[in-house]
Amino acid sequence: MQRYLVGRLVSLALSLVVASLVIFAVIEIVPGDPASYMLGLNASEDTVAALRDRLGLNEAPPLRYLHWVAGMATGDFGQSYTYKVPVADLVGQRLAVSLPLALYALLLAVLIAFPAGLLAAGRRGRVADAAVMGATQVGVALPNFWFAMLLVLVFALHWQVFPAGGFPGWGEPLAGLRALTLPAIALALPQAAILARVLRSALIETLGQDYIRTARAKGLTAGQTILRHALRNAMVPVLTIIGMQFSFLLAGAIIIENVFYLPGLGRLIFQAITQRDLIVVESVVMILVFAVIVVTFLVDLAYAAIDPRLRTRA
Amino acid sequence: MRLSFALGLALSLAALAAAAVSLVWTPHDVATLAIADRLRPPDAAHWLGTDHFGRDIASMLMAGARTSIAVALVAVGIGMGAGVPLGLLAAARSGSLTDEVVMRGNDLIFAFPSLVIAILITAVFGPSAVNAIIAIGIFNIPVFARVTRGGALSLWTLDFIRAAEVAGKGRVRISAEHILPNILNLLVVQGTIQFSLGILAEAGLSYVGLGAQPPTPSWGRMLAEAQTMVTLAPHVAIFPGLAIVLTVLGLNLLGDGLRDRLDPRLRGRA
Repeated sequence: MQRYLVGRLVSLALSLVVASLVIFAVIEIVPGDPASYMLGLNASEDTVAALRDRLGLNEAPPLRYLHWVAGMATGDFGQSYTYKVPVADLVGQRLAVSLPLALYALLLAVLIAFPAGLLAAGRRGRVADAAVMGATQVGVALPNFWFAMLLVLVFALHWQVFPAGGFPGWGEPLAGLRALTLPAIALALPQAAILARVLRSALIETLGQDYIRTARAKGLTAGQTILRHALRNAMVPVLTIIGMQFSFLLAGAIIIENVFYLPGLGRLIFQAITQRDLIVVESVVMILVFAVIVVTFLVDLAYAAIDPRLRTRA
Repeated sequence: MRLSFALGLALSLAALAAAAVSLVWTPHDVATLAIADRLRPPDAAHWLGTDHFGRDIASMLMAGARTSIAVALVAVGIGMGAGVPLGLLAAARSGSLTDEVVMRGNDLIFAFPSLVIAILITAVFGPSAVNAIIAIGIFNIPVFARVTRGGALSLWTLDFIRAAEVAGKGRVRISAEHILPNILNLLVVQGTIQFSLGILAEAGLSYVGLGAQPPTPSWGRMLAEAQTMVTLAPHVAIFPGLAIVLTVLGLNLLGDGLRDRLDPRLRGRA
């Protein structure tokens, strides 16, 4: 187990280093001078040069990369070119919306997908299975931002049970949760459809195994067999998908925030792109990629906990 | 032919036909603005109504199909063009450093969702349909590399491949002459899935302004423009969304049907 853990940790560190190099290279080395963007077309050369100096842009790229990484490791992401405040503060405020939204959506997706997947696998080939599979086909094809607009139309404008947009902050947790409910449903449904399909096929695969027949032979009901034996063994592919979905949800949150005018990472990054605030773009992208890589790492660890055979493989 | 496969084929062909026909004919000109006719509900003159500039929604959907299909198709081409050779190489040199580098490179690209790639590219070069193609295309590369490697690895253990090796054929030649033709079915199925995902991704990118720019018609941008008018004229938002859902649904059903037909192991299973 220790060797497995060390192997995964080395791979995690390598992925983070290479990903940060790629992001740095794209943002810093490809054409464009942040100082000129910040000061506009009419700025004098002296002013631009002074600002370049202050931002540390005159340093050699390898040195700048090291400064950037060392800064991030200590929570210093630099200063936003347009907001003139630390990027870490900006990102922190926005993450307080985007992260709970992604987690809320993930929770909903799991809560919808598990009963649906279990039902479809348990009633394979019958009406309930066909209904679940038909619904998931439509769910997978739904663009979440369009579904969000329909939710607003029905639940915010027609029935007025949820707000159509905006975020009151976490001062009143219930109001905050209410504001995130429609966005979370919009994000969750298409992902729940994918998850339910994966769970169903993973369950059907394990239900064909000999040990399941043994479990049935010793007198367990079909439901007990699924819950006690099949589900645990079907969890490896399901966990992979849940891990991947978290990153999709975090990225998807960026789009959904647009529909509901939520002050999350998405709004921040799109404003940063239009204002050429490249340091904010760089930091937010790094945080998103960091989240994906760390979640993948955690999923790998979860595999080992579920399936002991995987621990012996490096 | 199973009903779902027939439905998938019909929906996919309808989207393709709409895109193709829009090259020579649309019910109305998509570039002409008619403010007096703005936000009209569906009627005989405008089957699906008009948008806030008085443009015919049915015509815009037809022209938008062109953008969606072109972006998704080229992105699949990029993914296959780079991913398939990489996957073949990794499988041919299975267990070697090359294999390890290709697979770790794949993992790395997987850490960048297509939206994040698009954000990076747009931050540097500005938004355009070409950037959307590149972003979705890059995202497709590891998908095809993995499918190719997985399919190829199981073939490398088979006798007819061993025979080719004994006959003196090199690994590159075996990959091209024997492995590739035998995994084509896998690639066709994956291609259909990535095509439908590409249409969803293109719509999302255009919706947030990172994809096709005006005046290029695009389903995602139609939805972005409709967002503020959804209470006044719901049809402006409903039809472009339906177009996306039906096209993606059609392609997914087509992909499922093709898999059932092309994969002998699945034949006969429900």
